[in-house]
Amino acid sequence: MKLHKIVTVVVSLILVFTLVAGCTPGQKSGGSSGKPYIAVISKGFQHQFWQAVKSGAEKAAKDFNVEITFEGPESESMVDKQVEMVQAALDKKPAALCLAALDSKALIPQLEKAKAANIPVIGFDSGVDSDIPVATAATNNIAAAGLAADKMAELIGGSGEVAVIVHDQTSRTGIDRRDGFLNRIKEKYPNITVVDVQYGGGDHLKSTDLAKAIIQAHPNLKGFFGANEGSIIGVLNAVKELKKEGQIVVIGYDSGKQQMDAIRAGIEAGAITQDPIGIGYKCVEAAVKAIKGEKVEKNIDTGFHWYDKTNIDSPEIKPLLYE
Amino acid sequence: METTQITSPKASIFQSDALQRILAFAGLIVLFIVFSLASPNFLTLSNVIGILIATAVNGVLALGVTYVIITAGIDLSIGTVMTLSAVMTGVFITFWDLPVWLGVLAGVTTGALCGLANGVMISRMKLPPFIATLGMLNIAKGLALVISGLKPIYFNDDPVFNQISMGSVIGAVIPGFDIPNAVLILFGLAILASLILNKTVLGRYTFALGSNEEAARLSGVNVAAWKTAIYTLCGAFAGIAGVIMAARLNSAQPSLGQGYELDAIAAAVIGGTSLSGGEGTMLGTIIGAFVISTLTNGLRILSVPQEWQTVVTGVIVVLAVYADIIRRRKS
Repeated sequence: MKLHKIVTVVVSLILVFTLVAGCTPGQKSGGSSGKPYIAVISKGFQHQFWQAVKSGAEKAAKDFNVEITFEGPESESMVDKQVEMVQAALDKKPAALCLAALDSKALIPQLEKAKAANIPVIGFDSGVDSDIPVATAATNNIAAAGLAADKMAELIGGSGEVAVIVHDQTSRTGIDRRDGFLNRIKEKYPNITVVDVQYGGGDHLKSTDLAKAIIQAHPNLKGFFGANEGSIIGVLNAVKELKKEGQIVVIGYDSGKQQMDAIRAGIEAGAITQDPIGIGYKCVEAAVKAIKGEKVEKNIDTGFHWYDKTNIDSPEIKPLLYE
Repeated sequence: METTQITSPKASIFQSDALQRILAFAGLIVLFIVFSLASPNFLTLSNVIGILIATAVNGVLALGVTYVIITAGIDLSIGTVMTLSAVMTGVFITFWDLPVWLGVLAGVTTGALCGLANGVMISRMKLPPFIATLGMLNIAKGLALVISGLKPIYFNDDPVFNQISMGSVIGAVIPGFDIPNAVLILFGLAILASLILNKTVLGRYTFALGSNEEAARLSGVNVAAWKTAIYTLCGAFAGIAGVIMAARLNSAQPSLGQGYELDAIAAAVIGGTSLSGGEGTMLGTIIGAFVISTLTNGLRILSVPQEWQTVVTGVIVVLAVYADIIRRRKS
């Protein structure tokens, strides 16, 4: 039992240390090298998309000679963790804060603290329900998913059954992409029925089994829209496993190697790509302007594009895609 | 492995577990009947194959964790250990260009090593299984991200690898009967797991540790060594699950895995494995895994909203554990 006690003590000590370390961040305010310091808090870091955003932010940091840190919670449902990260970032007294809020309301108290401390806040990827951010650099996901709906209607000939897999039902991007697609179908294409909308959590394996069940349940399915990379890979796997290549029009979102291969092979009709590098770059650029007191545009639309077999390697599209 | 005669445990296992196993099996049949009546698209060959393949990963994880649960332990790390194993397979095959069989071996070994570490933490360092494997959950998750460089690893250069899961040995013999290999692997492993549990010393000690660890120790069983072996075996199953998953997705996805452990534990529990240890069968676990995947598949076919699917799965798990408690009270 003695060993047990020692282990308990050691574990508690480690926990206390990590807590203390988390509460008193390095005295980095103002930057060790005298450059302005900008804290960038994203929605995650594991997904390729966020890695692309990060590279854009880093490029801007180099171009404008500022120092940045880039961090985000492990999954896009960890709102509480993000609140802590923002709190810790504010304690470092950055010159500006760039934030991709996981929840449009939960972070408002932290934003008010930032405002009180005169730290300009720039939103990216998705906005918050508040006037505090001086600017937001984001894709218009509603319009982008609407374009996916238009393409779907065109490719299935204006009528028939389609299904949708979304990554989740609570995040802003999930809601916007789902509603953007569904509303456009409802408004413009009365002969198209959306037979099912399901959520795969962005998990490739779960999305695969999900998409398979939907295809089984609706043998006349003509089209399938996947609202993020994990969702669309699931749809592609399902179509392949059920040997329905070419019989179902598959439309995706974002990029990634598997999706790009499928588009080149003609299994996927095409996809919507955002400009992740541009999102990262423009939010840091806006932060720099805000620090200098220059005027910043309130809504920075970072744009979206449709790509398919014909333009996937074109100079306009290629830089937006990541493997 | 040494085979030994099993005398009294068999009889008691049959009596106590039989009820729950029959319940779970009856539940599975009821699910099939209800879904078949509710939708003409449920009971088709391709959808049933869909259910079988959807069970493969969870089923293999559940087989491994069943051993641990029978010892009255728990392994929360199997989901992310599976991911780490998939990533290591990717490292061997794609990064280092080694033969596929070596990559598969690397995946299984990675799983076994994580299990070994769990076993050492639990039996030598006396950490509670819950904490030790929770630590391993995070270690494996972090390592998977670090090693992969936060990027999926693809197996596009080795088309053979995908065949491990999605090829069909049966389909090649009997045309049109394309049951994917992953399903065969699941059934093969289930038989193997059952043999180990019922016909070997390791299996006998698994039950002994779960029924009364102190008694086992007093009768001269090297508890620490056997416990370590059991966690290692569980890790090896997680490693195999990792290979199956990577082969099916033709890629190792470093950010997947967490949450899979709970589905696997649920499968074991639905199948009659008791969380207080000492009881459980591999047949029950496989049935439990099929109950979960049939339920998910059927509810999806009926287009039940996802939120409700989750609620229903939760209710089933609670009911299964309750059935277990009632049975225990009676005996």
